[in-house]
Amino acid sequence: MGIGMRLEDLRKVYDSPPPSAARGGAFSFGLVRSGPGDRGRKKFETVALDGIALEIRAGEIFGLLGPNGAGKSTTIGILTTRIRPTSGRAFIGDLDVWQEPVKAKLLIGVVPQRPNLDFALTAREILLFHGAYFRQGARERARRSAELLEKFKLTDRADQNVRGFSGGMMQRLSIARAMMHDPQVLFLDEPSAGLDPQTRLLLWDIVRDYNRQGKTIVLTTHYMDEADELCDRLAIIDHGRIIAQGSPKELKSSIPGGYLIRLKFDRVPEGLAADFQQLPGVTEVVAAAGAGGIDVYAGSGGPLIGPIMSAAQARGAELHDVHIAEPSLETLFLHHTGRSLRD
Amino acid sequence: MNWRTFYAMLQRDGHVARRNLLPMLLQNLLQPLLLTFVFGRVLTSSGMMKSEYKNILLPGIMAISMMLSGIQAVAMPLIAELQFTREIEDRLLAPMGTQWLAVEKIVAGMIQALVSGLVVIPAAWLAMGSGVHISFDHFPIFAAICLLVALLSASGGLALGCSIGQTQIGLMYSLVVAPMMMFGCAYYPWSALKFAPVLQYAVLINPLVYASEGLRGALMPGEPHIPGMAVVGALTAMDAALLVFGLRQFQRKTVG
Repeated sequence: MGIGMRLEDLRKVYDSPPPSAARGGAFSFGLVRSGPGDRGRKKFETVALDGIALEIRAGEIFGLLGPNGAGKSTTIGILTTRIRPTSGRAFIGDLDVWQEPVKAKLLIGVVPQRPNLDFALTAREILLFHGAYFRQGARERARRSAELLEKFKLTDRADQNVRGFSGGMMQRLSIARAMMHDPQVLFLDEPSAGLDPQTRLLLWDIVRDYNRQGKTIVLTTHYMDEADELCDRLAIIDHGRIIAQGSPKELKSSIPGGYLIRLKFDRVPEGLAADFQQLPGVTEVVAAAGAGGIDVYAGSGGPLIGPIMSAAQARGAELHDVHIAEPSLETLFLHHTGRSLRD
Repeated sequence: MNWRTFYAMLQRDGHVARRNLLPMLLQNLLQPLLLTFVFGRVLTSSGMMKSEYKNILLPGIMAISMMLSGIQAVAMPLIAELQFTREIEDRLLAPMGTQWLAVEKIVAGMIQALVSGLVVIPAAWLAMGSGVHISFDHFPIFAAICLLVALLSASGGLALGCSIGQTQIGLMYSLVVAPMMMFGCAYYPWSALKFAPVLQYAVLINPLVYASEGLRGALMPGEPHIPGMAVVGALTAMDAALLVFGLRQFQRKTVG
């Protein structure tokens, strides 16, 4: 009945371009000078994970949220035996993934970021051979593949080579393949990237349905709404570090005030930020990136605009742009990093 | 070790190979057969070459076919799957040690190399017409050399497939495969290089030399060839070296 996972202080440093398993998004390049053992030569390395510690509970849908290159795929890669951590340990249930990778592989199903279907085979053969790799008997394989093809609406194309499949069909087949051996944990790396809205909803249904059978689901995403809708708990990752974790609700309520008012002035006169801080309901005022930018966190949005305008006029600053964001994971990300997820 | 998973992967490769049987046979056999026809039939029938040349040529053609098909069967899919399509990921996630997948690729490549090599014998016989005298008197050594050559080609394919990039395939053919074929003692016995001692000893780094000479010695004991024991020793050493190197490269390429 479901299996939890534990990551202990995971670090991953690439000293050459990362292997295919972690490739997909752009990479965050942290420049690190190596130690004195290198005879003083400068050597640049890529720090993908910088001390990730996590606990994923049995039977939950857990999301890793972060921009491209944050370290999400590397984290999944380590848990799925595809990327060896530089240090730290990863457990699936009681199994140390890197001590007993073969046993770990029996417990997990993986849906990769980009479909990696076996192009030499038909859709049905892909499922049948996958079942055979996982030691399923012939009858069980045939039954399960037929069920999954039906469930994922692929029956009419089942005996065609997958080369001609559309992106959405390949994605569906990838998920069917990952479920073929009925794994206790399902990993989905950016499952809805490139999917149309309808297929996305179907995907969410499938994930929820599988979760209801008691399976643990781990997914990565850079879509706020996906994390919000689907996940029981979340970790927000940036530059290889976890910057916040908890349920979407907890995380959103951790934003000071809840509302974020992003303001852009022609200039920021001295004392303006302090004036804003005095306004009713304002919890935090932060200088934002770029000249003339101020972020105001507050308990309300629209009603504050009037007082903000008056305060700015009194200081002789001209307001160029204003944006009010309701409490969301996006504002949470902004609050922690000062950057938008899409930056 | 999980043999059921291993066997399922062999079945997958067999299934794919059977589906591509005709193009695969054409790819591996057409060139050697054309060579056989030109050198073994046209040139000998027209009297430009002695008829005994057929006996020299046949084992060489067999060695080339085995080497090419083994390398091709292992290296080509690996180059694509490791870099571009990542199709191999589904098998890397199967419940089996990663290196066993490389072993499975080698076994599948060996089977293809053996099939290609054995098909050459009757095919070349037909292309060359009469006058070829094969002897199966030394069958055990013939079988041993066939297995060693098959392992050589498949582990060579693993080493190449995990070492070169997609854009370098053309380069691999012109820099590795072509010189290997020309200086592999396939079209002439090793002793024919006596006129240039430096070259004669330099070609000894070429594994195809031992494949050609070994098959020549086993099938045509009457023709000049490197002694069987030396061939077996050299092939064993080269097999081991390529295998170790190939497995290490595979591990490096597949686990980050």
